[in-house]
Amino acid sequence: MVPAITADKLTKKFGDFTAVNQITFEVKKGEIFGFLGANGAGKTTAMRMLNGLSRPTAGQASVAGFDVYRQTEKIKQHIGYMSQKFSLYEDLTVKENIQFYGGIYGLPGREIRHQVKALIEGLGMQAFAGTLVKSIPLGWKQKLSFSIAIMHRPGIVFLDEPTGGVDPITRRQFWEMIYKAASEGMTVFVTTHYMDEAEYCGRVSIMVDGRIAALDTPRALKEQFGASSMNDVFLQLTRPKS
Amino acid sequence: MRTILFIVRKEFLQVFRHKVMLPLIFLMPIIQLVILAHAADFEVKNINLHVVDHDQSQASRQLISKFSASRNFNIIGSSFSSQVAYDEIQRGDADLFIEIPAHFQRHLIRNNTASLQLSVNAINGVQAGLASAYASAIIQDFNGQVRAEWAKTAAPPGLSVTFSNWFNPEMNYQTFMVPGILVLLVTLIGMFLSGMNIVKEKEIGTIEQINVTPIRKYQFIIGKLLPFWIIALVELSIGLFVGWLIFDIPFVGSLWLIFGFAAIYLLVVLGLGLLVSTFTETQQQAMFVSWFFLIIFILMSGLFTPIESMPPWAQAITRFNPVAYFVEVMRMVLLKGSSLIDIRQHLIVMLTAALVVNALAVMNYRKTN
Repeated sequence: MVPAITADKLTKKFGDFTAVNQITFEVKKGEIFGFLGANGAGKTTAMRMLNGLSRPTAGQASVAGFDVYRQTEKIKQHIGYMSQKFSLYEDLTVKENIQFYGGIYGLPGREIRHQVKALIEGLGMQAFAGTLVKSIPLGWKQKLSFSIAIMHRPGIVFLDEPTGGVDPITRRQFWEMIYKAASEGMTVFVTTHYMDEAEYCGRVSIMVDGRIAALDTPRALKEQFGASSMNDVFLQLTRPKS
Repeated sequence: MRTILFIVRKEFLQVFRHKVMLPLIFLMPIIQLVILAHAADFEVKNINLHVVDHDQSQASRQLISKFSASRNFNIIGSSFSSQVAYDEIQRGDADLFIEIPAHFQRHLIRNNTASLQLSVNAINGVQAGLASAYASAIIQDFNGQVRAEWAKTAAPPGLSVTFSNWFNPEMNYQTFMVPGILVLLVTLIGMFLSGMNIVKEKEIGTIEQINVTPIRKYQFIIGKLLPFWIIALVELSIGLFVGWLIFDIPFVGSLWLIFGFAAIYLLVVLGLGLLVSTFTETQQQAMFVSWFFLIIFILMSGLFTPIESMPPWAQAITRFNPVAYFVEVMRMVLLKGSSLIDIRQHLIVMLTAALVVNALAVMNYRKTN
């Protein structure tokens, strides 16, 4: 089976600064792949190279079988992306946002109408359907963003800190949505700071200073580092050596 | 095509959702039009004149009465000292003074020639130039009369020139200015709306979400351009209506021609706005860059100062100024009734500019950085 994502010595430099330094990994189809690292470790930059927003400086990578240098627009047909910065239109209503992104992804009119209904009902947001997005709570916004990012049924979805600043209950619900998407065959590439979330992932990579310092299942990583939790693993890897 | 419509719909929703935008786009320009059309009047009236008459003769009084009869001059004072007159200019009470020397009349009769002095406050060069031109005309006129009556020399047969003012027979400044001011207002609104637009999406981060979709670059740019193109054309229609209603602007030529040209002109202006939007990072930057171009475009548009009187290098710059083309076309078509054939040059230039500018905007908009 062709992997969903492959990266081979993928590198991004900004001037003298190497944000992502020769990372190599593979993500299987339908996998939930956790991408961990401290702030500034290069997670977002790596993700932006994979989804075609940023051009790599060196190395190779492919997403859904398409090359990240030459086939960025092809990649974009097969992925969904939820950026760290909230990026729905705050001055449009929930319904208008769904309609707009449905239209941009080229869904037929009937499908858009169906999605508006299904999505709003699925999230239990009937009361918010006509509300401007800026006035709904953050947790709802994030769930809505995720639903919109996968509305066109992409094979792969990239989530950049999707649960930042969200309460524990909503985080739980959010992960249920992720699991549901994965169970339908979607590959999930997710960055997070929450170590309990890392435990939910199939495999986890931990980035330190632009490099991948460790990559395995949560269980194997804990064994390897003799740690009781992912939190310990993370601290052992990222704490400055004294 | 469908993708473009979705963007257009979204832009309209966003523009009209903000309560300040409607009056900003439609009411403000009309108020500006009404105010500016009354203010932008270059005719110099009410020039304040101080008279220093050392001669007190029939000839000097006759000259002065010619000034007081002119509607351009107000005689605000007279004295026997040029110092007093000078002080009045210093204080700003007088714009110019005329000093008639003693024995003015005697010299005029005996020597057939006499001199007098005209001093003009030339801080405002345009006004000073016009004031002294008006004054010279009056003195010339007086001169002719004197030659005939006093010096008993026959007036030279000379050529007599009669003027007939075409296209604006009453030389009404508003007729001349309103079409041009309208161009400015439509340009300002168009350039700012489009210039702020893409960069706003960069600021709030929504552009990222657009950039990860398979949308084509030209779809995005056209989708961004169309809403403002429609708004600007509606705006132009309202402005023309107000011009007709309040200022009696003659519609000698074809309105279709005006709108046809405007449609292409707006592609240039909006394309420039979008281009600015693609290479700036914040709305503030976009604002400054837009202003930089707009100031040059407006001041060099031939609206306030005739392009013909600019130095050759400046005239060369105006060939790249879209505003200058539209101001000229508006005046040509509305006031002179020029036809498609007459403005074909302008049309070709605008079409070319529209293609170039929008192609640059599409190219400069990057989905991958």
